[in-house]
Amino acid sequence: MILVVVEYANGKVSKSTWEMITAAQDSAKDSGRDASITALVLGSNVAAIAAEVAKAVDQVLVADLPALTQYDPELWSAAVAQIATEGEASLVLIGGSRSGREYSPRVAIKLDAPLLEDVITLKAAGETLTAQRYTYLARVTETIEAAAPIAVVTIKPGVFNPATPKAESAEQFDVDLSLPTPRLKITDKTVERTSRVGLTEAEIVVSGGRGVGSAEGFTQYVEALADQLGAAVGATRAIVDAGWRPYSEQVGQTGKTVQPKTYIAIGISGAVQHLSGMNKSKTIVAINRDAEAPIFKIADYGIVGDVTQLIPAILTELKK
Amino acid sequence: MRILTYIRQVLDAEESVHIANHAVALENSKLVMDTMDEYGVEEALRLRESGIEAEIVAVAVGPARVQDALRTALAMGADRAIHVETDIRLDAIAVSKVLSQLATQEQATLIFSGGQQADWDSHALAAATAERLQWPQVTWTSALELKGTTLTGKHDADEGSEFFTLELPAVVTTQQGLNEPRYPTLPNIMKSKKKEMRKESLDQFGVTPKLKFVTAEVQVKDRLNKILDGKDAPAAAAQLVDLLRNEARVIA
Repeated sequence: MILVVVEYANGKVSKSTWEMITAAQDSAKDSGRDASITALVLGSNVAAIAAEVAKAVDQVLVADLPALTQYDPELWSAAVAQIATEGEASLVLIGGSRSGREYSPRVAIKLDAPLLEDVITLKAAGETLTAQRYTYLARVTETIEAAAPIAVVTIKPGVFNPATPKAESAEQFDVDLSLPTPRLKITDKTVERTSRVGLTEAEIVVSGGRGVGSAEGFTQYVEALADQLGAAVGATRAIVDAGWRPYSEQVGQTGKTVQPKTYIAIGISGAVQHLSGMNKSKTIVAINRDAEAPIFKIADYGIVGDVTQLIPAILTELKK
Repeated sequence: MRILTYIRQVLDAEESVHIANHAVALENSKLVMDTMDEYGVEEALRLRESGIEAEIVAVAVGPARVQDALRTALAMGADRAIHVETDIRLDAIAVSKVLSQLATQEQATLIFSGGQQADWDSHALAAATAERLQWPQVTWTSALELKGTTLTGKHDADEGSEFFTLELPAVVTTQQGLNEPRYPTLPNIMKSKKKEMRKESLDQFGVTPKLKFVTAEVQVKDRLNKILDGKDAPAAAAQLVDLLRNEARVIA
């Protein structure tokens, strides 16, 4: 059995979950393994999530408990390890989100299993798993291998094609869990909400760096272009640190990794830490004043010039 | 109290990556302490400077050369270093077995480690170590304060940030923004040469890696590099939009 831990946000199953289901299907192909997929939904008031994911898997296990209202690495890892053990899973797939990468190592230790982190391909043959992942700030692609009766894998978001829901729904079962008491107490949150499409889910991302001049410049050029294109908005570390933009928009080593169909970099020079968060985008477009900026080396299309002149001209052109 | 700060020695971010024998070759490249780990060393020093009595022990696992990174930590102000020597490349789950045993031996109550390794791009060491020790963890911290054994602070979650409180012992991951790491001064560099660098052999830790590294390659995606001159903004804008619409077909 392959166990997929469902990621969701704002009452909907996240794209990363559909991608994990594809990764599960891909991995099991011609492997001689039990390829049935069990989705595990953890949370409270998650009936709608369970019903939604039931259309793409063979079985859904639901732990709908008040104790699971707030994500916690110790709770999540205890729940996943227990279900994986009871279900004799051969493979546990967890999302490559910040939280997924935070609790998955605990699951691996509990199960005495290898951990394959943030993989972009996954193949099983007998007990052997082979996967590829990016290393060295996403500049190297490495192939790793693990042979074990059970393995824990986190799937890099935005790489696998999302699975398509079927007409019929799989059966759902409630599960009992023995959970620890969380020791990390969350006292307050700052959740930055946006009406735009999510950064890691978007087909087009428009990002801005210091070259947009100011927080106002970001709104005037980056946000305006993003809204015109129906795109998500991203930012560099430098302007997040400067307080121009919220952390949730940060792309790069310490922010989000994105892999959209199109990435438009405005006023971004292209520090290696930023590139590691976006250099796998299908098409990269760069607009920057400095012709020597590293961003142009990885750009498919670009203009060397003044952002304050070029973006209004592009907006005019797009509206034609 | 005793604080362990885990140190990795990695390729300088500005250096290019070379591959030899199906693995990244680090010989002849500039190697530095992982910047993410510098924030941990700095934070430990700041806790001590805030009046907390603490011994700070820098720990690294790797070949002989990683002592250079440990020396940097000592020159920043760490009290002593432990080097577990091995030429075998170990994944984070394997390293956590060493780090957790050292934490127990040293009776440490706080461990710092970088949020993401700049070589293996892994996030796993902190959580795996915490699990082996049965300690709580908090990752991607951007503010920390310690009063007695209560740690409070701010950290980054999936969306936005959270304020937390936690009782030690704990494992904490650090990142850019938490503090501004100091540069070692010359007198401190001189002093660091006299500080203890204890060498341990990997054998005693009973590490059996579960992960095999098969190959590595630098995959450079071929980019079109169609870069236009933007002196005439309307003309360049028209040309770019045309390329994106009709050649790349990425916008409507």
